[in-house]
Amino acid sequence: MDFDNDIGKPWRWTEEDGTVVTRGAAWSAPGCHPTGCGIKTYVKDGRLVRIEGDENHPVTKGRLCVRCLTLKDFTYHPDRIIYPMKRAREDRGLDKWERCSWEEAYGIIAENVGRIKEKYGAETLLAMTGTGRMTQMAGVGAHRALGTPNGCYAQSGFACYGPRVSITQYLLGAPYPEIDFAGGLPGGYDDPQYQVPEMIVQWGKEPLVSNGDGLFGHAVLDLVKRGAKLMCVDPRLTWTCALADYHLQLRPGTDAALGMAMLDTIIAEDLYDHDFVDKWCYGFEQLAERVATMPAERAADICGIPAEEIKEAARAYANAKPASIAWGLAIDQTVNGAQAGQCILSLIAITGNFDVPGGNILQDIFDGSGDKVVAGLGWKLLPDELKEKVIGLEEYPAYVNMMLRAHADRALDALETDIPYKIHGIWFGSTNLLAPTCSAQPKRWYNAAKDLDFNWVNDIFMTPTAMALCDVFLPISSCIEQDSIVPTHYGGTPNYYSALNKCIEVGECKGEFYNYHDMGLIVNPSAWTGDNACTPMEFIDDYFVGGTGMNHAKLREEVTHQRVVGYRKYETGHLRPDGMPGFNTMTGRLELYSYAFQSFGEDPLPYYVEPPFSPVSTPEVAERYPFILTTGAREYAYFHSEGRQIPYLRELVPEPLFEVNEADARAKGIKDGDWVRVENQFGFCLLVAKVTNAVKPGLVHAQHGWWFPEEDGEAPHLFGVWKSNINSLVPHSRNGKLGFGAPYKCLLCDFRKAVPEDFENVDVEGVDQPGMPKHKYDDNFYRLDKDESYQGASPAAGEGE
Amino acid sequence: MGRYGLLIDYEYCSGCQSCEVACKEEHGYPVGKWGIRVFNDGPWLVDEPHDWNWHKIPVPTKLCDLCADRVAAGREPTCVHHCLAQVMKFGPVAELALELEKKPNQVLWCPR
Ligand code: SF4
Ligand code: SF4
Repeated sequence: MDFDNDIGKPWRWTEEDGTVVTRGAAWSAPGCHPTGCGIKTYVKDGRLVRIEGDENHPVTKGRLCVRCLTLKDFTYHPDRIIYPMKRAREDRGLDKWERCSWEEAYGIIAENVGRIKEKYGAETLLAMTGTGRMTQMAGVGAHRALGTPNGCYAQSGFACYGPRVSITQYLLGAPYPEIDFAGGLPGGYDDPQYQVPEMIVQWGKEPLVSNGDGLFGHAVLDLVKRGAKLMCVDPRLTWTCALADYHLQLRPGTDAALGMAMLDTIIAEDLYDHDFVDKWCYGFEQLAERVATMPAERAADICGIPAEEIKEAARAYANAKPASIAWGLAIDQTVNGAQAGQCILSLIAITGNFDVPGGNILQDIFDGSGDKVVAGLGWKLLPDELKEKVIGLEEYPAYVNMMLRAHADRALDALETDIPYKIHGIWFGSTNLLAPTCSAQPKRWYNAAKDLDFNWVNDIFMTPTAMALCDVFLPISSCIEQDSIVPTHYGGTPNYYSALNKCIEVGECKGEFYNYHDMGLIVNPSAWTGDNACTPMEFIDDYFVGGTGMNHAKLREEVTHQRVVGYRKYETGHLRPDGMPGFNTMTGRLELYSYAFQSFGEDPLPYYVEPPFSPVSTPEVAERYPFILTTGAREYAYFHSEGRQIPYLRELVPEPLFEVNEADARAKGIKDGDWVRVENQFGFCLLVAKVTNAVKPGLVHAQHGWWFPEEDGEAPHLFGVWKSNINSLVPHSRNGKLGFGAPYKCLLCDFRKAVPEDFENVDVEGVDQPGMPKHKYDDNFYRLDKDESYQGASPAAGEGE
Repeated sequence: MGRYGLLIDYEYCSGCQSCEVACKEEHGYPVGKWGIRVFNDGPWLVDEPHDWNWHKIPVPTKLCDLCADRVAAGREPTCVHHCLAQVMKFGPVAELALELEKKPNQVLWCPR
């Protein structure tokens, strides 16, 4: 049956009844990764009356997830903050906010920032950002708008995307190569240049639900329907794992061992691509020798997967041509993630799947790399003496020089110890870091930040973080209330750019980049005047698509621009600035043996280490806390800590869930829907049991992101932010050798049915109270790799030569 | 006029619940009322080690009007339009029955 559609319509038109329909793309706010799904907004008399998916979008084709489908409910939510607000410093934690003008808000910020900069130096200001949203792009917020070197993403070890991007840069000199789902090709899956992969591997990633980092997840399902086989590497059984042809259900945090064993099988059985290895790889012999120390039989014991299953998976991947691997968050969220990632890149390399149609695709260096522009913006405007003061630079140059941000754990150390210097204020840029989203030990962040001289926030709702800590609140526009650009995959994989096309105004909300510009003019004027002067729109164009010849004015009408870049760019010289064939590394080859790693004192080859807390590395802890805890799997309903106040979303997942196997639940007398108290050596929280086969006996999974907007917002309750705060159980400063990674997904815990008294303590335990002595911690500046009592190191893990 | 229905391929329904929410937005059904609901069967083990039964099965409710207003305006139902897995089809039952013949693991609903 045929229906009418809007294929081929312009970016904006008016319907007979006067409704104005605008085509555009989604990003943040509210929150999402830069996937840039196509949306159509219907606006009547200045009000959004309907939202639909735009069938013109080359990839999403009209489809929308529940988070965008409820955009209208978000837009006009009665609790949304739509005017700037201020509150006296002594009233932190109390609902004593007063509406003010932007001018007054900026005035307060300028006065405080000015005083702090003058008295203590700009570096004593931290600019925290959340994930995925526009502000995540924003070292620029710190460097250019504020003038501090200390932008910071609070996640311990930057355990999300940062490791992926950096490790890829070090090993192959390019941004993270996402799987090729034909997003840059006009004909999509049927484009003559494209080939449907014979196999897609989802490694620690569930893109259907998360659309992680811009990968429109249901593209994977599209490709499965077109014949691609699916392999999932995941300790949990997700719906996709059940659908998959191969499910490697490994023990959390053992990915590097599995990766090494798969490499060993492929090399030992001569299933690798000799031609690609000979021409384009460096260090194959050394890699072969190293991975031979991890035969499938050894990995089987470590990972808890039969050796034959590992070998079969390795063969199936190696024999599938082309095949692609989607590297997920779970890799980043281990201390051994750099090595697991190294294995994944090596697997893609030695099977010849780099930059081939249907494989893992690379950025064209002459296509105007978003990242290159981004990295330079703002940072280069900082005086050298400030650049040298970025927190963690000396200890973790591999992290700090690549992310151009303060090391997250060292930033908390600085807040708690005043080393290397005292911090005086924090700008929270769309991050609700007290909720269990990014920061490890959020109660410590709270204790450390609540008495600082001055804190301010930009966000969309009154979050626990804003209520607890901030003195000024700046309201942020949604993606349909501003003109801007969404570079899919942050521009790092050549798919498409799309326009955010403004169609309504709400209150006095302002887009994040407009705020950077306007606030920057006042608090860091030299970066915004003279040679650096620009309009907000010029700033956005330069930041997101500078160097591509694209800008918002053009993109507005095209809505989504497919980038159409060629394949096998190592042959055509499109990976190196000098235009020579090869990779943009020291050896000109893809480094299976990494000189970059070596230069940071890291082992140039992959190795396996146990998670910092596991039955193997800490048997005595495992005796007390016998369950393996993994956290933070995404739900369709929510983007991290967002969405809990949207009724249709909350209806989908009303309570913070804790997945537990039937056998374990029975043994503990726990039934589906019971509240349970989950605890380990670092903290506790309360969650609702979901009894399911999705986790094996001995493994439990806890949702993240929870707070309760319907509950009392004032301190100490703070919208119940501590009640179900799973990140209270995530330790501080357990990072990999390069400073990357933290064990969010591989911890130990125990649990029992909750009793009423459990709920009485949650607001106060571990949280500094007025008049009481401050909490002290013994793990500031802790390093796992230097801890001689740590028993998890692998015998194969040699020092850099 | 003949009968119309919804054909859903539940082999690939991912359980994204976009159909549920799109329908609620379209009709303004409050929390607690639905035009379509996604039911869950699984995961339960069919065979060791990895053969699981896990189906998400969307079922139109009493409140499904097959998007009468939209269809009258020449548009497909909103659940069909927004379905992330593209597993829903709307049309005359006779037409959909032919589609059903071609592939297993589908279900044809006739809500009215
Ligand atoms: S056809 Fe319309 S009314 Fe029926 S379930 Fe789908 S969206 Fe709801
Ligand atoms: S929208 Fe489609 S894929 Fe999602 S739950 Fe409904 S039928 Fe299934």
